[in-house]
Amino acid sequence: MIRAENVTKSFGGREVLKNISATFEPGKTNLIIGKSGSGKTVFLKCIVGLLEIDEGNIWYGDTLFSKLDFTGKKEIRKEMGMLFQGSALFDSMTVEENVRFPLDMFTRMSEEEKLERINFCLKRVDIINSNSLFPAELSGGMRKRVAIARAIALKPRYLFCDEPNSGLDPKTSIVIDELIKEITVELNMTTIVNTHDMNSVMENGEKIIFIEEGEKCWEGCKTEILKSDCKILNDFVFANSLAKQLKASSLEE
Amino acid sequence: MLPGIIAKFDETIDLMFRFLSGFGSYWLLLGKVFARPEKHSIYYRQTMKELISLGLRSIGITIIISFFMGAVITLQTAYNTENPIYPTYLIGLGCRDSIILEFSSTIVALILAGKVGSNIASEIGTMRVTEQIDALELMGVNSASYLILPKVVATLVFNPFLTLISIVVGIMGGWIAGTSAGVITTQDFIYGIQYAFIPYYITYSLIKTLFFAFIITTVSAFQGYYVEGGSLEVGRASTKAVVYSSITILLFNVILTQLLLS
Repeated sequence: MIRAENVTKSFGGREVLKNISATFEPGKTNLIIGKSGSGKTVFLKCIVGLLEIDEGNIWYGDTLFSKLDFTGKKEIRKEMGMLFQGSALFDSMTVEENVRFPLDMFTRMSEEEKLERINFCLKRVDIINSNSLFPAELSGGMRKRVAIARAIALKPRYLFCDEPNSGLDPKTSIVIDELIKEITVELNMTTIVNTHDMNSVMENGEKIIFIEEGEKCWEGCKTEILKSDCKILNDFVFANSLAKQLKASSLEE
Repeated sequence: MLPGIIAKFDETIDLMFRFLSGFGSYWLLLGKVFARPEKHSIYYRQTMKELISLGLRSIGITIIISFFMGAVITLQTAYNTENPIYPTYLIGLGCRDSIILEFSSTIVALILAGKVGSNIASEIGTMRVTEQIDALELMGVNSASYLILPKVVATLVFNPFLTLISIVVGIMGGWIAGTSAGVITTQDFIYGIQYAFIPYYITYSLIKTLFFAFIITTVSAFQGYYVEGGSLEVGRASTKAVVYSSITILLFNVILTQLLLS
């Protein structure tokens, strides 16, 4: 379980996160939603420790992560996997080398064991016969899947995804969403996904936190979102006519 | 009048603050770079890759530039010593000393600052803006050490060889140009390059090369590592890497010359 308590973060006097508290549960896909520039990515980067928070605490289980030094954080980071918005695959490495990297760095596995794990991870994300390709030779969806394979190589306890559907067509987005959901259950991970994709919200939203201008405005799940009377949330989630019809029909029921 | 002076004063203070802040960040980065490596085998593999990328791939440009610079130095020396009181072997001596003392260490370092420095800054800068460095940090890898240390080691190991290659090729260029243009005979040139030879000059040149290799790699890596923004900023960082490392090389050239030759 990951817990954020009263997290505040500013950049040059501009407060980007205002006193946010949230709990993210294991075995669930926890979503952080909000429009572009609302502070979702900053919040996620604060949770993983890529940005230092100004005030508040971040807990990983019983460990106060935000107060740990580099060495202390390093130990917890070995249990994290992250899917970045642009995939962040290492350009100079092939698909296989990208997935191999954390295994080389942090395990004492034999060559056969590593190869077995690499092929398992790549097969799990449905990447076959592409081991020797470089990231530049892959499509956007394939890159995301390779990034997921790299993220799960060390069987992490925590998975973070920053806008996993950005730049993908709706069908590929669903594939990525389903993959994240399945892997979360399989490995019983605490998964946190940053998104403004409404398909993801309706498919994966087991726990949803809505952020608006750096403040947490709403918390619930995908079924609750349909019945919510929070105006800012409704304006964001049900922005198009199709979504408005869905909301209206759910209220009629 | 007074507001103008105050504004200038503020600008100067701001500039000094930025310089000191950048200088501090540079040393903090070096602290991270020279932290204990996570896994030696991976660092060794990376160093070998960098030896090829930053070292072996610089041999070509070093040979071409050294050959022509050696040729020009010889011809310039010949045309400026067209006087019967100067023995012609002095042309060979001038060529040798110019190449060993200044050209093969300093000028080659300036050229490598352009080639290797911009390469390092743009590579690391691109990794920064595409979140690859964040990905390394998130895995628990010391990204500064993993990315920069192998480059520092590779250039420290290989650049002295580039200097030695440059010395040999430069003198050969001088000999070929001098004899082809008919300004000196082979015997006089060989006598000149052997005359009053001080082996310490080679040591001096190699010591300078080591300092310059360190400057090129660390200054350029620093520029790339702290890039913020997109491709435009990566391009700017690449230019800054070349400019700052060149200026630092010239500054250290003066300091080292005074320290090592006085």
